[in-house]
Amino acid sequence: METTFTPWAGLLGGALVGLGSALLLLAAGRIAGISGILGRSLFPAPGDLGWRLAFLAGLPLGAWLTTRATGDAMGFAITSNPLVLVAGGLLVGFGTQLGNGCTSGHGVCGIGRGAPRSIAATAAFLATGAATVFVVRHVLGGAP
Amino acid sequence: MTRAVALLCGAVFGAGLAVSGMTNPAKVLAFLDFAGAWDPTLAFVMGGAVCVYAAAARLARGRERAWLGAPLSLPTRRDLDPSLLGGAVLFGVGWGLVGLCPGPALADLSRPSGDLWLFVAALLAGTAAHRALRRRSPSA
Repeated sequence: METTFTPWAGLLGGALVGLGSALLLLAAGRIAGISGILGRSLFPAPGDLGWRLAFLAGLPLGAWLTTRATGDAMGFAITSNPLVLVAGGLLVGFGTQLGNGCTSGHGVCGIGRGAPRSIAATAAFLATGAATVFVVRHVLGGAP
Repeated sequence: MTRAVALLCGAVFGAGLAVSGMTNPAKVLAFLDFAGAWDPTLAFVMGGAVCVYAAAARLARGRERAWLGAPLSLPTRRDLDPSLLGGAVLFGVGWGLVGLCPGPALADLSRPSGDLWLFVAALLAGTAAHRALRRRSPSA
């Protein structure tokens, strides 16, 4: 599916992502890594669950309020078949736990701190993500 | 208080994902598709987020406690180990297959569908599988 390049909406949305993450760091002393917050909420330490669930619940709340207020400008399309969805979900879940972070924890917070581990991890998942899309779309020639 | 702040932070984060269109897997896949109809938006999202966060990280440097009193401890490891890179490689493959990473997947629960629930269930299963393995052998 072809999408439209939206640099200003990208910058503004990115700044909001950074702002939410920044506030979590300065106010609560926590890194806004979604995979880490999610993983440790499955097997929480005592007294450590509430803020995690609150943060995770905020994600759909903020997205919902935005589409309510501005309309669904960006659209939404999942084009993968069910088998690919399951494989993708398992890989994203397992991989982000093994690698200690995802696009938010490594890509935003880690790079924002200049952490070498996060720079390397982000380069690695961008590379394999792009390689996967290349193989699926241009070698196998299938819909993603 | 920490919970209320965490909810606010999550909501601002989720709003940012929706404003930038990162809640749409098609837009993420279009960014990763360098050989196709490339949509560079994701780079602008990451650039905007990193700039804002870098300023906050600078403010946080040297502080021992966060505003709400909790200790402010940042990761200090600098070594590149096989788990870090292997995990990132696996994550990238899954990301490239579907176009969803954990943040947008959860934000998209604002517009649930059968496909999305299937992905989120698999995401939770993969997450739990690794957590369970790590509990069994803490060195893994």
